[in-house]
Amino acid sequence: MWSVLKHILKTGVVSEPAPDAGDAKRELDRLNDEILRILGRALTIREVDAGSCNACELEIHALNNPYYNLEGSGIKFVASPRHADMLLVTGPVTKNMENAVKIAYACTPDPKLVVAVGDCGCGCGEIGQLFGPNYATCGAVENVIPVDVRIPGCPPTPLALMQGILAAVRTR
Amino acid sequence: MFLFDDEPIDFTLQPGLAAPVWRGRAADGDELKDFAAAVQLAGGRLAALWGSDCRAAGKGFRLDVVFGLNEGHAWVRLDLPEQGNECPVYPDLSGRFPAANRMQRATRDLVGIATEGGDQRPWLRHGGWPADWYPLRHDAGEAPAFDNRPTDYDFVQVGGEGAHEIPVGPIHAGIIEPGHFRFSVIGERLLRLEQRLGYQHKGVERRLAGADFSTGAKLVGRISGDSTCAFAWAYASAVEAACGVEPSPRALALRALILERERIANHLGDLGMLGNDAAFAFGLAQFFRLKEDWVRLNAQLFGHRFMMDSIVPGGVAQDLDAAALAAIVAQCEAIGPAVKELRRIYDEHAGLQDRFLTTGPIDAALARELSLSGMAARATGLILDGRAYRQGYTPPPPWAQFGVRPATDERGDVAARVAVRFDEVFESLRLLRLLAAGMPAGEIRRPVVPVADASGLGIVEGWRGEVLVGVRFGADGRLARVHPHDPSWQAWPALEHAVMKDIVPDFPLINKSFNLSYSGQDI
Repeated sequence: MWSVLKHILKTGVVSEPAPDAGDAKRELDRLNDEILRILGRALTIREVDAGSCNACELEIHALNNPYYNLEGSGIKFVASPRHADMLLVTGPVTKNMENAVKIAYACTPDPKLVVAVGDCGCGCGEIGQLFGPNYATCGAVENVIPVDVRIPGCPPTPLALMQGILAAVRTR
Repeated sequence: MFLFDDEPIDFTLQPGLAAPVWRGRAADGDELKDFAAAVQLAGGRLAALWGSDCRAAGKGFRLDVVFGLNEGHAWVRLDLPEQGNECPVYPDLSGRFPAANRMQRATRDLVGIATEGGDQRPWLRHGGWPADWYPLRHDAGEAPAFDNRPTDYDFVQVGGEGAHEIPVGPIHAGIIEPGHFRFSVIGERLLRLEQRLGYQHKGVERRLAGADFSTGAKLVGRISGDSTCAFAWAYASAVEAACGVEPSPRALALRALILERERIANHLGDLGMLGNDAAFAFGLAQFFRLKEDWVRLNAQLFGHRFMMDSIVPGGVAQDLDAAALAAIVAQCEAIGPAVKELRRIYDEHAGLQDRFLTTGPIDAALARELSLSGMAARATGLILDGRAYRQGYTPPPPWAQFGVRPATDERGDVAARVAVRFDEVFESLRLLRLLAAGMPAGEIRRPVVPVADASGLGIVEGWRGEVLVGVRFGADGRLARVHPHDPSWQAWPALEHAVMKDIVPDFPLINKSFNLSYSGQDI
């Protein structure tokens, strides 16, 4: 127990500017402030992987590391679409996930936001083209459910994800 | 040459610098069956199995089976003549190698060649396309218009008083990939787990057919994002073996450096998640902090946090200068002691060890039976690591010069998989320092010219296990058939066994200790 506490104290709060974080870190602080100002409350997100290669999920996970500390801004990932304000969907949406995605959308209470994540989920860029619709996929998320905001990237960085989530909140 | 005294299949060694692969052709299904029996008797594994439609070249259908032997890999092909409108058939190998089951079913779904008897349930095809339409046949054309309705799946049911089922997925509670788990339980006690996967199926093999090899590299680099470097290297090796290209020593050393950075990034993340799944959030915060530092240096040096598209056929895409290599060494020196201290905290934390120890066990005999590879196999005591020497096997360059020490643990439980991950982090840090210090001079990329009708097989020891890619070029120099194989194919069934002595709330922890790829298996 003491070693855990000692380690925590020694590590300190890394959400302070890290030496190599530079502009990214300042942008992060600004985003955090803005999220708090605009929302003034919690935002809950249900992440739905509808066919990604899992790289987008790695970056979405990173949002909860101490550097980005998304939960510290009142944004939380929840286990059910019924508890969510926003669906964060990675793709391309596979045929085998098409029905599940539609059900998750129907289960999310209104007013809801949908954010498509990654070049595949947005159907943009070279990778979005390579993973376009075929016998096994429907392509971009917007081909299956209505999308409010797109966050391109292969995968998008955690910072791009935060900006996209914020942009979606601003649409309301 | 012959790999076994009394087996008639004649093998030739694949040329080039990559891991040793012997190629041979079985005259008929019986020869394949007998060879599989000999492999099993010798303690070998089933490494991969896939099918192709070669009718356009007048050669009927073809089955490719790769076996892992102590000395290297045996790549056996079996030609299957066209049989009118019937599915050509080949012997069911799942009796000898249970891992064959899902691969054979996927082969039927995609190519329309099937086993004689055995499990005929679809695997990758859920209801998105008709049962008699095979996407990897050359004359498949566009998918027919089809009502995409979820189909029933014939799960094995457990009977008895008080037994009931818990269906989970495809969308899971966390930020994870989709798949369906059907638990049969009595109270909290798990009796059986049956997985239904395929939800991530993106038809990547069809996208690869007809592509040029550079586009192929981008597609294969996105089979499983957490293993992008391992896939990129295995693909590059396969293309190089087919085209007679030998990457430079510097390129090989840089690839090794990239692969070890990928291994450490994933182990750091998983060690944090394993702490978290045992309610030790401290571990998640600490390991995720270290992982973030780690991937930020990737972004700085390779222009990408996960180093996607850094390994390309012919070599690597970016060079590292002396300052970059020094930054890598400095980071290793900073992260090594930090992980050491966290390991001490994990080891001494009674609550954590209570959850880890004896949970989710598999033993070496089962690992061998299921053809398991990689970290999970080593955590049962099997010394299986493509980077390390073992009796009769010399690892390919650049590994041979480093004397890679495979991490093993005989307990086979979650604690063992945690211990192996820790040990591998330290070993990879040692390798990174050696690679950076002894980086050979020279070019980083050699030109690759496609060779018509050539084929090659590449094998790389990724962080999860053995990543394997088979490549065949067509007469036009474009990719005719590429099969990327993720080690999760063999590990998913092992997870079904690992949970059987535990309770439902242990499942997330056991699952995370393997951390298998859905996308890698579903492709």
